[in-house]
Amino acid sequence: MSQSNEIILKVNDLKMYFPVTRGLLRKKVAEIKAVDGVSFELKKGETLGLVGESGCGKTTVGRCVSRLYQPTGGEIIFEGEDIAALPEKDLKRIRRKVSLIFQDPYSSLDPRQSAGSIVGEPLIVHKITKDKIDYHRRVETLFQLVGLDPALMNRYPHEFSGGQRQRIGIARSLASNPSLIICDEPVSALDVSIQAQIINLLLDLKEAGETELTYIFIAHDLSVVKHISDRVAVMYLGRIVELTTPQELYENPLHPYTQALLSAVPVPDPEIEEKRERIILEGEVPSPLNPPSGCALHQRCPIAKPECREVIPPLSDRGGGHLVACIRA
Amino acid sequence: MPEAKVIVAKEADVEPRINEWKRFCRVFLARKIIWLALFVIALLLFTAVFGPWLAPYKPNEQNLADSMAPPSRKHLLGTDRLGIDTFSRLIYGARTALIVGVATSFTSAIVGTLLGMVAGFMGGVVNTVIMRFMDALMGFPMIVLALLLAGVLGSGMLNIIIALTVANVPGYTRLMCGMTLSVKENDYIMAQRSIGSSSFRILAKHIFPNTLQPMVVMLTTSLGGIILAEASLSFLGIGIVPPDVAWGSMVADGYKYLQTNPILSFAPGICIMLVVFSFNIIGDGLRDALDPRLRGTL
Repeated sequence: MSQSNEIILKVNDLKMYFPVTRGLLRKKVAEIKAVDGVSFELKKGETLGLVGESGCGKTTVGRCVSRLYQPTGGEIIFEGEDIAALPEKDLKRIRRKVSLIFQDPYSSLDPRQSAGSIVGEPLIVHKITKDKIDYHRRVETLFQLVGLDPALMNRYPHEFSGGQRQRIGIARSLASNPSLIICDEPVSALDVSIQAQIINLLLDLKEAGETELTYIFIAHDLSVVKHISDRVAVMYLGRIVELTTPQELYENPLHPYTQALLSAVPVPDPEIEEKRERIILEGEVPSPLNPPSGCALHQRCPIAKPECREVIPPLSDRGGGHLVACIRA
Repeated sequence: MPEAKVIVAKEADVEPRINEWKRFCRVFLARKIIWLALFVIALLLFTAVFGPWLAPYKPNEQNLADSMAPPSRKHLLGTDRLGIDTFSRLIYGARTALIVGVATSFTSAIVGTLLGMVAGFMGGVVNTVIMRFMDALMGFPMIVLALLLAGVLGSGMLNIIIALTVANVPGYTRLMCGMTLSVKENDYIMAQRSIGSSSFRILAKHIFPNTLQPMVVMLTTSLGGIILAEASLSFLGIGIVPPDVAWGSMVADGYKYLQTNPILSFAPGICIMLVVFSFNIIGDGLRDALDPRLRGTL
């Protein structure tokens, strides 16, 4: 895959704490540490997969980067500018360059808007097109780009299938010619056969656009991520525990959490499946309201030592850009 | 932009268009009683608009010689103590009922929608302040609140409209606040924010259209209630005052002669009942026909 060395996005120690309030006066009684010190870099044209189980903070990372949330702390340097603390009024130009694809194609399209006007919305909001004809032509091109017949422009979302709706969502995210697209589990609500079509569409679009697209691809399905990503970050309880290329991750997972995660992927061969060794982590994921001290995994980790309880392991390079946050690996 | 790719979804692949409007009409008009209600409302509209041409007499034209006349060819529904033609008064009363009903429901719908959408969208302190105030207003029964306001402001059509509007705003505010809160949680609102749409655009173009259906239902149903409330206030003598004619005050005037000449009270009473009943039936019909859960089943 083509990618330059230009860094488009650099996230530094990103923190997002949600306050838990109680009572009439909305007194803060606790904090949910959804994201707690996430750092990564993204080169132009690269696809970063973000995996982890539900509630690990991967969606929150995506929403912070797209500035739908105001992060509690840290830096988000997008095209050389820190956008983490940018006030709402200055965000409009960022919104044009960073767009989102949502998980649920049923709730992410306004049921009262025609497909054409959903796709054309960013063109109007950012005043991209000069006139009606130009607008119409661009929406038509976007429809074709995602494999939809432009004749369907006047149809309403409820007339489309899930996969077709997701294509409308993708067309909308492409309308403003963004350089970064955050795909928030874009295929997990779709049938497996449709999943492949959408993944391939996303891969094709990357090559097709006039500006080189960079993706952050959020998913909980490891096989999907392996197919599309240049690098994969594994998240656990608001932190990145391992970050490397998908090949390296599959062949040589270093973090015990990644090992457990990979061992949970079923193999479509009954014989291997039966003999395969599975690592089962004991207990439940701790609550982000009250995360464990030190390494977040230490209570469930098969190789934990006493010091794991005290030290928060830093993400360190184990050669060839394979980053792991574990003092035991 | 690159060349067009393979078109996956062609016009023919997608199911034929579901005509929402046709389906709505079919469900809505399927009930026979709806036709009756529509007929009554159409009649009300017609008499309200063309009243002066339809009425055989002026609404305050006294003719003491014909005092308390029974129904006859000259006076279709008889006359009252002052010899005023009851049928003509009913026709003029239709206009009052409709003006008060429509003006009140529309102003309270507009005010309630604005307040409710702001409260629901902004949340936090704004929501608390607006909604607690509305709760306080709601604590009074509508008729008591209107009574209080009409007492303070005085009688007359405009004051009645104001009083009933204040009494009706909380209901609309609550409905719209709830609708805004639930619509706002949808991903498509977050998608609009991620595109860079302004809050105003999101409210006006995306939240408002999605709250319209329950709004239309409430508007129709509340029309009946408002007409009834206006009649009650007029009956109590603090509503519409002469020379304006109201069905409520007609009931009150005729009430004294209930045993000797019941038609004086019954005629306007039946008009009030029919109109209120019809608006309620239409409101119920709209609610059922617009219910998204019935999509495709009916």
